[in-house]
Amino acid sequence: MRARPVDLLQRWLDRQLDGPPAAWLAAQVAHLAGEHSDRDLYVGVGLVPRKLGKADLALTAEDHADAAAACAGWDPTDYSVDQAARLLLLLTASHRGEAFDAAFYELWRTADVGEQVTFYRGLPLYPDPARYLWRATDGCRTNIKAVFEAIAHRNPYPAAHFDEVAFNQLCLKALFVGARLHPIQGLDGRHNGALARMMTDYAFERWAASRPVSWELWRCVGPYPDDRCLQALARAVADPDPQTRRAAALACHLSHVPAATALVAGASDDTREALASGALTWAALAATAP
Amino acid sequence: MMFIDPHIHMNARTTDDYEAMAAAGVVAVIEPAFWLGQPRTSVDTYIDYLSTIVGWERFRASQFGIRHYCTIGLNSKEANNEGLAEAVMEVLPRFATKEGVVAIGEIGYDEQTALEDKYFRAQLELAKALDMPVMIHTPHRDKTKGTSRSMDVCIEHGLDPSQVVVDHNNEETVREVLDRGFWAGFTLYPQTKMGSERMVDVVRRFGSERVFIDSSADWGKSDPLAVPKTGRLMLARGIDPEDVRKVCYSNALAVYSQSGQISESDWLSPAPIDQRTLYEGNSVLRGQSPRIDDGGAGDASPVAAMSERDLLIE
Repeated sequence: MRARPVDLLQRWLDRQLDGPPAAWLAAQVAHLAGEHSDRDLYVGVGLVPRKLGKADLALTAEDHADAAAACAGWDPTDYSVDQAARLLLLLTASHRGEAFDAAFYELWRTADVGEQVTFYRGLPLYPDPARYLWRATDGCRTNIKAVFEAIAHRNPYPAAHFDEVAFNQLCLKALFVGARLHPIQGLDGRHNGALARMMTDYAFERWAASRPVSWELWRCVGPYPDDRCLQALARAVADPDPQTRRAAALACHLSHVPAATALVAGASDDTREALASGALTWAALAATAP
Repeated sequence: MMFIDPHIHMNARTTDDYEAMAAAGVVAVIEPAFWLGQPRTSVDTYIDYLSTIVGWERFRASQFGIRHYCTIGLNSKEANNEGLAEAVMEVLPRFATKEGVVAIGEIGYDEQTALEDKYFRAQLELAKALDMPVMIHTPHRDKTKGTSRSMDVCIEHGLDPSQVVVDHNNEETVREVLDRGFWAGFTLYPQTKMGSERMVDVVRRFGSERVFIDSSADWGKSDPLAVPKTGRLMLARGIDPEDVRKVCYSNALAVYSQSGQISESDWLSPAPIDQRTLYEGNSVLRGQSPRIDDGGAGDASPVAAMSERDLLIE
């Protein structure tokens, strides 16, 4: 039988904890699995880092495969012990149904930064995740990069639940807070004309101000380019920054619009070779980016 | 030299202040929950305020390389609004366990009313239940009696004086505070609290054991550089550098580190996990060695070039 997320969290923590921290966590899980008060949940979740510390959670390749099998897109990369334990307690307490929802609402509205990061990373795991849509879109309005990235990066939730307006805002906001686009799950399945236009407008705005333009931006422009987008792509293919030139060429190469693919001709020999061989990908660019 | 300002209301301060403090060697600040000047009328605004000091302000400070901690409590002025106070007491346990919360505070007396007394005691019980240090605000009016009474009530509730800071002391209150084993905070705040030359005399008379200073800078006319300025003045007036270090740095660290939420390693060698979630690799030292031997602050310090007269807080 396929393991549930709650089972996996328990397994990973059991493997890593011992002594008083393990005993404390076991007691909390046993208590929250039964009748308990809101305050028990608040204090239990609140105390986790004080009781268990914040070490990295050690995970194997097999653990990652188990995670993806238990919940589509779940990526526990960079989890810490306190994050895993807080999610374990929440999932354990969720059997209370509506009472849990109300308590979780309170917990979330008074969360500190570490808790916010944890709660947003857990979005795909909660029962009926769609009910947290407002919370997730509201979370994207934060200026705290770590919180924003908890929603935007390595998280299947936005691509699965955000409408076009919210998803486009997520992508644009990423550039504003200095977060990468590459770790946004499902990005290439959510391209649209409005996003291409918004990204292009942003590029022109940055150029007008003599400010750098993120090389990643072109990924969102290539799929649905209008005339102005094509103008911008043509400029980016010849940009002084080599990373931008390669990214713009890749965006054009992947486009289904002939006027965009034609711009690849303006790229360097090396770049065109890398495109032809399949070596130039968004993953490859992301891996070499400063 | 590194400084800690263990009592400052940063949410009332500007980014210029953060920059100046960082340049002057302030590595960490503690922001006690307090009154905003405008009284709150509902628990919801109180919740958002507490969320601000555990979350947003902590983040804001981190962007300037300053570590931000806070204390959580219902202040004495607003304890007099019973409906509000009851509701705030309900949410305090939730906030007291947040990351970076180093004490229950600032609590105590303002007018020494029955309601202030009731909620002061209730919060001492909360601190005891959570095994947390306490920061006591001593009253402006009827100060000497209010200070004694605050300590009496702590003892009555079974608190250990080594876990309790009595703040806003003056020459009249300090003797009893130290004799009874409590920590004595002094606030360098122009016009109303301590002046810096008086503070130099206090350290000469009472020593540096369990004595430390803060700015309590807030929305009033106050000075976010009060700690580095006074530290430098003490050195200029011949106070032993080790005593200056205790009064401006290590004593505050010692008492509040009993919470387990503040440690020198937070700014000297931040843990990778913290960098990942909040601080983005910002070590205060940024790969350099600590600024310790330059007579009070680095060359870039706004305090370094000040004449003795400019250092004074009167």
